[in-house]
Amino acid sequence: MKKEIDNVNRRKFLEHSAKITAAGFLMNKLPARSKRLFSIEGEIKVALIGCGGRGTGAASQALEADPDVRLVAVADVFEDRITECLKSLNEKYPDSERININQETSFLGFEGYKNAIDLADVVILTTPPAFRPLHFEYAINNNKHVFMEKPVATDIDGIKRIIKTGKLAQSKKLNVVVGLQRHYQRNYRAIKKMIDRGRIGDIISGQVYWNSGGVWVKPREKDQTELEYQMRNWYYFNWLCGDHIVEQHIHNIDVANWFIGANPISAQGMGGREVRKGIDHGQIYDHHFVEYTYPDGQIIASQCRHQKGCMNRVEEVFQGTKGSVTINSANFALMKNKRKKTIYDHQGEDDINPYQQEHNDLFKAIRQGQYKINDTKQGADATLSAIIGRMATYSGQVITWDEAIKMDQNLVPDLYSFNDQAPVQPDENGMYPIPIPGVTKY
Amino acid sequence: MKHKAKKLFLTMVLLKMNLACSYIFSQTNQFKIYSEKILGTETTIKMIPIKSGTFNMGSSKKEKERKRDEGPITDVYIDGFWISEIEITWDVYELFLDRTADKEHVKRAELNLNIDAISGATAPYVNYNKKGYPVVNVTQYAASQFCKWLSAKTGNFYRLPTEAEWEFACRAGNDDPYSFGKNARKMNEYGWFKKNSNGQIQRVRLKKPNAFGIYDMHGNVAEWVLDSYNPETYILWGNSVKNPVMIGKKLYPRVVRGGSFKSNIDELRSAARGFSKEKWKRRDPQIPKSLWWFTDANNIGFRIVRPKKTPNKDDINKMWVNPIKEY
Repeated sequence: MKKEIDNVNRRKFLEHSAKITAAGFLMNKLPARSKRLFSIEGEIKVALIGCGGRGTGAASQALEADPDVRLVAVADVFEDRITECLKSLNEKYPDSERININQETSFLGFEGYKNAIDLADVVILTTPPAFRPLHFEYAINNNKHVFMEKPVATDIDGIKRIIKTGKLAQSKKLNVVVGLQRHYQRNYRAIKKMIDRGRIGDIISGQVYWNSGGVWVKPREKDQTELEYQMRNWYYFNWLCGDHIVEQHIHNIDVANWFIGANPISAQGMGGREVRKGIDHGQIYDHHFVEYTYPDGQIIASQCRHQKGCMNRVEEVFQGTKGSVTINSANFALMKNKRKKTIYDHQGEDDINPYQQEHNDLFKAIRQGQYKINDTKQGADATLSAIIGRMATYSGQVITWDEAIKMDQNLVPDLYSFNDQAPVQPDENGMYPIPIPGVTKY
Repeated sequence: MKHKAKKLFLTMVLLKMNLACSYIFSQTNQFKIYSEKILGTETTIKMIPIKSGTFNMGSSKKEKERKRDEGPITDVYIDGFWISEIEITWDVYELFLDRTADKEHVKRAELNLNIDAISGATAPYVNYNKKGYPVVNVTQYAASQFCKWLSAKTGNFYRLPTEAEWEFACRAGNDDPYSFGKNARKMNEYGWFKKNSNGQIQRVRLKKPNAFGIYDMHGNVAEWVLDSYNPETYILWGNSVKNPVMIGKKLYPRVVRGGSFKSNIDELRSAARGFSKEKWKRRDPQIPKSLWWFTDANNIGFRIVRPKKTPNKDDINKMWVNPIKEY
């Protein structure tokens, strides 16, 4: 996959963007705020970058987290996303002063994120993961606290940029929350504590699952450029999404890393497209099965499937030298000792929504002027763990952590307009190149 | 932006109205058990006829564990209808989600269906066993849209039961707390609840049916009906009422009946009334929240009915559940 940008397209974009600006089309350039505060009194200004359903949800959770949170800017590449997002928020918070968005603070286009971030104290990054490194860098360079969704990248270059920027955030004492919300969920926190206290002994193996029927599809529409089509139907393109092992199954792999207390040293596995291989299903696989090896020899079997009509299971299971635990995001956790006797059964009926908890923690830290949270490393490690799993299933080879992190892999080109060239192109039948084990390098 | 949003909204409303539907559903004089075969598949749904009649809806003050919302007892007349023998299972529901069957076969009735949205809606990320198990985590709207889809596919008018139809079918002529009598201990033969389910949802049709031949009315999954929940429903209805239904405008609370594999035994009583709660969607990370799925209602499903006499178009339209956005 190539990264180069077509000069002709670039020129086209410049003409195009000039037209847009002239028409006063949502784009606006305002001077960046000069004054920065690390602890904040009064209003906390939030900008939302990526106005889909999840971004809108995250913006709402930010508003719920602190009564003085104000949404001051939004950015997206799709106008209907911005419109729908603001419609929803205005429905949820009618007559509220807290959503201060107008034409001047809604930024449409590939570079709108800059204008929006400039206006805020805290930024929410909820675009498809391909753009996370770019947006995170800009936010931290400009001294913003960050909530960003998982995964944090789709390729190795992205991971490197995230890790580097995470260190910068640390030196600047900026709080960063990554939306691996199991870390903010009570049953997971309780079990983590008990594992650390040795209740199931040392973890020796585990099985982590995200087997489901899959997600939405956005069929191609006429008048879309190739890039626009791919960005609408982003789930099915590796450069945008990272494949579902990265985009979803990251949650379960992350729990293995967290509970074991280490990252995998290698991955090997198999995967493919058995059922989901239609014209609008891009390039990604519909199943992966990966065996991860951890530093002390622990083995985690990871399976993720997007196939309808099959058993659904989204869960993590671990076996230790003294017992076992089964845990999932439905506030469920069951720990048993070696004799199969229950030693902990989590009662989670009324646990707080973890998606809310992550914002509560972030805004509390910001409000109190504390530098408390930096999930960047853990988010990058979880993302890289999933990426080496993908590399293993795509290539059919054993992929080690150490060799992966040294690789030069950049799937995401610099993009300025929908007229830019998409990094993958369909063949004459409208089908995209699909990774082939034994042939694909990684 | 605000102005713009409003305009867009209006356009959408107008668009919906333009798509007003036209359809003719079959009428029949036959009133026997039948199996509805879904064209393009091997799947069938067995429908049990329930003859018209009058029954005592609700429970008397003497009934053990009885709640106030179950009274006063009201004389309710119900027109004849068919009800599905079992709770709708994944086997059938996934045909609706997937709609591969639709691609090969012409529909028998044309309906305004917003079902592209459901195939596009992401199901909640929870553990399900599928084949033979009742579908769960479905919203009342989704269940109603399933009925609409099935109606379009088959040419027969299907919908969710009213609360009164549900209780009439559940009791099967029995005024006792349970369709099989007063002795709660016999529940082990008839239904799945907290004590005998091991906290797990169960395959349909594993227990005995009631006197009408309907399975799992008590327990396994609590079932959607059309009515909104009001603790004073029967007071409002008065001493006697014909084919009552209370469809409200608010999304919550709406009635679910029969109790589930998670319930205590008294919640499985024929008269017991459950209702929906906002927290069933609490782990939905998106806004607007899903129209189609709950995240935390893995014990909520539904079954379907078909009125013996197909109503006129206006009355049919009143029986579809309207989508209500939730933020």
